[in-house]
Amino acid sequence: MNLWVVLAVNSITLGGLLFLLSAGFSLIFGLMKIPNLTHGSFFMLGAYLATSLIAHGFDFWTAAILGGLLVAALGGIVERLILRRLVGAELAQVLVTLGLSFMIADVCLLVWTGDPIRIATPAALRGATSVMGLGFPTYRLAISLIAVVFAVLLWMLLDRTRLGAMIRAGVDDPAMARVVGIRVSRLFTIVFCLGAWLAGFAGVIGGPILSVYPGLDQEMLPLALVVVILGGSGSLVGSLVGSFVVGFLYNFGQAMFPELAYVVLFLPMLVVLVVRPQGLFGRQAV
Amino acid sequence: MRRLALAAALAILGTVPWWIGGTYYINIASQILFYAIFALGVNVLAGYAGLVSLGHAGLFGIAAYAGARIMNDGHGQLVVAAGALGVTLLVSAAFAVLALRGTGLGFVMITVALGQIVWGVAYRWISITNGDNGIAIRGRPSPLGLSLTTPASFYWATFVVFLLAVGSMAVFVASPFGASVRGTRDQPLRMNALGYHVWMIRFLAFLFSGFWSGVAGLLYLYYNQFVSPQAVALTASAEALLMVIAGGTATLLGPIAGAALVVVVKNVASAYIERWNFVLGAIFVVIVVFMPEGLVPGTVRRWRRALAALRPRPTAAG
Repeated sequence: MNLWVVLAVNSITLGGLLFLLSAGFSLIFGLMKIPNLTHGSFFMLGAYLATSLIAHGFDFWTAAILGGLLVAALGGIVERLILRRLVGAELAQVLVTLGLSFMIADVCLLVWTGDPIRIATPAALRGATSVMGLGFPTYRLAISLIAVVFAVLLWMLLDRTRLGAMIRAGVDDPAMARVVGIRVSRLFTIVFCLGAWLAGFAGVIGGPILSVYPGLDQEMLPLALVVVILGGSGSLVGSLVGSFVVGFLYNFGQAMFPELAYVVLFLPMLVVLVVRPQGLFGRQAV
Repeated sequence: MRRLALAAALAILGTVPWWIGGTYYINIASQILFYAIFALGVNVLAGYAGLVSLGHAGLFGIAAYAGARIMNDGHGQLVVAAGALGVTLLVSAAFAVLALRGTGLGFVMITVALGQIVWGVAYRWISITNGDNGIAIRGRPSPLGLSLTTPASFYWATFVVFLLAVGSMAVFVASPFGASVRGTRDQPLRMNALGYHVWMIRFLAFLFSGFWSGVAGLLYLYYNQFVSPQAVALTASAEALLMVIAGGTATLLGPIAGAALVVVVKNVASAYIERWNFVLGAIFVVIVVFMPEGLVPGTVRRWRRALAALRPRPTAAG
C-alpha cells in the first residue's frame, strides 16, 4: 500500500485518539479553568488497568469501559478531595495535578514494571478491510469510527441536553450560571469524571496501537496541550479539528523529518499563538 | 542584627568544605548552590512577576548543551561561557515573545509546550544533541588559572557565582525595576494606565530569569561534565518550581532554602528508596494543600507569632 495512504490512515487514527483525550481536557480547562496535567496519566493509567483486567479474563471492550470507569472514579476523588479546595488558585492546581501525575507514573512503574505491554487487538477487528480497492487495518478504521461516534455523542450532550446547556453556561459565565441556579460545583465533578473517563478509555483503545509503557503519559500530555492551544479551550469543534491537525503533523512530521518531529508539531501552535492567541475556535483569550 | 546574621551565614557557607566532612557532602553543597541559582532565576518570574513557567529546565538545559557543544568544538573557556549564556539569552527572548502571548494559565501551558520542544530536540535531534546518550565534556574550566577539579575548589567557585546571583537578586528586588515587575504582577491594568510598558517589563524579567537559569545550567554542566535529555525533562522544570514554592515565592531566601530542601531530600530519599518521583509528587501535593505560602514565610509567621506570645501584652495595661 502507498506510503502516503498508510500515513494518512495512521494520522486519522491518532487524531481520533487525541480527540478522545483532549475533548475532556478542553472541557475541564474551559469550564473549571483547571490545567489538568494529570490528563496524560489518566490515559496511561486506563491502559494499564485494562491490561490487568484483560489478564483477569475480561474481554477488550468491557476492560476499556471498566478501565475508563476506574480512572473516572479516581478523577472524581481527586476533584472532590483536592482540586475542590483550590478553586481559583491556578498555580496550586498546576502543581497539584503535576505532583499527582508524578505519583501515578511512579505507582504504575511499581505495579506494571518498566516493560512495554501491548494490549491484544480484539479478535473481530484483526486483519484488513478493503475499501475502494485498498486494504486498511480494520482496527485503525474502528478507532476512527469510535472517535466520530463520540464526537457526535459529545456534541449532542453539549448541544441538545439540559446538562449540556448548563455546562455551556458554566463555560461562558460561571458566576451568572450560579445566579440562575445551576449547581456549578456539581457540574465540575461531572465534567472532570467525564474527561477522566474519556482519557482512560482512549488509553485502552489506543493500547493495541501504541502499547503501554512508562513515559506514555508525558508523551500524550503535550499533544493534548497542543490540541487545546490550537483549537481553543472549551470548544468541541476546536478539539476535533486540533486533534486531526496534530495527528497529521505528528505522523507526517515523523516520517519526513524524524529528528524534528517535535518541532514540526509545535510550529503551527506557535503560529496560532501569535496570530490568534485564543485558539482557532476559542471565544476568549486563554 | 541583620548584618550579624548575614555575616554568620556567609562565614558558614564560605567554610563549608572545611567542616562538612567528606567530598560527598561538599558535592551536595555545590549542587544546592547551583540549584539555588536556578531557583532564584525561576523565582523572578514565578514569584515577582506572577508568571509560572514550567519550561525553565529548557533554558537551563540549553545553556548546558550549548556549553558542551562549544567546548567540544575546541574553544576556550571564556568563549564557552559567553557563547552558552548568549544562546540562552536568545532562546529566552524567543520563549518570552511566545509565552507572553498569554498570562496566567496560558503562560503555563505555552511554557510547558516550549519546554517539551527543547526536550524533543534534545532527545531526537541526534546529530546535534547525541540523543539519549547525551554529551560529555573534557573537564572543568580553570578560570584565572585556578583548577576546579577538586570538589572544594568547585564549591568555592560556585559559591562566588551564587553570591553574585544573590547580590543581583537583592539589587533587583530593591530597584525601581523590581518594583515595577511586582506592579505588573499585582495590578497590570493600573501599571498600564500609569504609563508603564507592562509587556516590556515582563519581557525583561523573563530575560533576567533566563540568564540566571542559564548560569545554573552551565554550572550543572561543569559539575557533572555531562548533559543528557534528563536535564531538560518536564520533571526538571517541576523540581525547580517545587524549590521556589517549597521555600516561598517572591522571597530572597525562599528559593535557596527550597533548593537545599529538594537536593537534600532527593539525595537522602534516593539513598533509601527508589521512588523519588513519588516523594516529589507527594511533597508537591502536601505543600500546596497544607502550606501554600511556602516553608520560609510559613516558618517566619509562626516564629513571629511565638515571639509575640512571649512578650508581655501592652494592650491590657493601656
